[in-house]
Amino acid sequence: MATKHLKSLVLYTGLIGGMLISMFPFYWLIVMSTRTTSDIYKFPPQLWFGGELWNNITRVLQQIDFWGAFLNTLFVSGLVTILVLFFDSLAGFAFAKFEFPGKKWLFVLLLATMMVPSQLSLVPSFVLMATFGWVGSFKALIIPGMVNAFGIFWIRQYATESIPNDLLDAGRIDGCNFFRLYWNVALPILRPAFAFLGAFTFIGVWNDYLWPLIVLTDERKYTLQIALSQLNGLYNTDYAMVIAGTLLAVIPLIIMFLFISRQFISDIAAGAVKD
Amino acid sequence: MWEHRAIYVAISPFYILFAVFGLFPIGFSLYLAFHKWDGIGIMTYNGFNNFKYMLTDAEFWQAVGNTFMIWIYSTIPMLFFALIIAFLLHAPFVKFRTLFRVGYFLPNVTSIVAVAIIFGALFANNYGFLNYLLQSVGLPVVEWMNAPWGIKVAISSMVVWRWTGYNAVIYLAGLQSIPQTLYEAAKIDGASAIQSFFRITIPMLRPVILFTVITSTIGGMQLFTEPQVLVGNDGGAGAAGMTIVLYLYRESFINNYFGYGAAVGWGMFLIIALFSIVNWKLVQGKSS
Repeated sequence: MATKHLKSLVLYTGLIGGMLISMFPFYWLIVMSTRTTSDIYKFPPQLWFGGELWNNITRVLQQIDFWGAFLNTLFVSGLVTILVLFFDSLAGFAFAKFEFPGKKWLFVLLLATMMVPSQLSLVPSFVLMATFGWVGSFKALIIPGMVNAFGIFWIRQYATESIPNDLLDAGRIDGCNFFRLYWNVALPILRPAFAFLGAFTFIGVWNDYLWPLIVLTDERKYTLQIALSQLNGLYNTDYAMVIAGTLLAVIPLIIMFLFISRQFISDIAAGAVKD
Repeated sequence: MWEHRAIYVAISPFYILFAVFGLFPIGFSLYLAFHKWDGIGIMTYNGFNNFKYMLTDAEFWQAVGNTFMIWIYSTIPMLFFALIIAFLLHAPFVKFRTLFRVGYFLPNVTSIVAVAIIFGALFANNYGFLNYLLQSVGLPVVEWMNAPWGIKVAISSMVVWRWTGYNAVIYLAGLQSIPQTLYEAAKIDGASAIQSFFRITIPMLRPVILFTVITSTIGGMQLFTEPQVLVGNDGGAGAAGMTIVLYLYRESFINNYFGYGAAVGWGMFLIIALFSIVNWKLVQGKSS
């Protein structure tokens, strides 16, 4: 009994200590959003809330079309996430559980594409978008991003371990083709991986900065990060306002993550793997 | 045969998109690597001169060295802490698991612009929070942004802060996918906790560990936004924060040496590919 208490003491001390370090910069972000810009540069640093939050937020809402940008970001991130989940899981499942001619080389090619830095192809990509007439359109954000090597790689790793071959063989004996096996056998087992990949993709698209900055030319189509960057450019020194805007842009992600966390917990994989 | 056809259909979206949005830009940058171009004027063929220059370019090799140092400073603590956090969270009697997960994942959700502002304030030479802490316990302050190692530590800690929770969540998912029956069987056979850790947990986690090592290698070699927003396009004092991609970015988009920038990109691609293969072999070889 005593060892169990000691164990949980060590465990909680570790977990809480780590979490405080992990959350401190975020806490500080909130503190800074409630203060004036000159407070931010004070020494010793201001570590408690001020009374400027509403002022800072009001200025954000006056300077940029926050809600318009919010809806644009929600639309693009949501659509990309759904497409990525579908296409990545289909391909990841195929690579994890099936043999076919050329599999090895196709997978090596897939991994190789992850090693090409996106900055390398920034100029040619823009030229391509201009040729297609997609500059200024959401197409430039959605279509190139709707399937990605990272997700296929992640799903493949996950599917290799979590989908039992016996279950697939049983499906085959029952006459399931590839897509039936994907839909009826793989999909339910892959669902915890979906919560993760979905959240990851959504966050990535939501926070993407460099590419939207280049291809979005119409102010009405701005995503949040681009709209916020306008604040930064116009009012170079008003950091308090920029931080308040950043905080507003992060809150929806946190709410979504709270929702997704339940999916992690309900450990569907274990249920499906048991005989 | 039908089976195969369906599989090719399933994997084709990636390759179709890659052919359109990947191959053309990559091919174009390969073409550029053999030319001299400022982005506006005419391109002139340059042969292997860009590559030859790169091999003797001290700044390029400094950037390679910096990138490796920052990768080591960040990846080792990051994966180590992630594994510990995952194990603690996986303990059967842990309560408030959701709360912890959210707390650890929060940094990854925060936008990089915000992260840069906060870390700039943490590591600032004069009014920084870390120096405030050092002062208040009677230690001398550190000019983080003037020392080569200080800059690297600041950039690395940004990476560690953003990605530890992310990797912990991946390890946790891996731990949860290990069937409990394996541990029960080992217990019946009289295995100790340490034995079942090294004989069951680590081998079963191998694909997940491989995944995190490979992705952090690729991510670490491509590090760009963190140093760019923290120390600017020149890499800070003594160019100590100059990474390969930051160098590529500066040569291409600031100095308008598009041809040379493309060559640097290809040099970097080779380095990442070689390094990833080495890592892959090392991690895969361990268990067998």
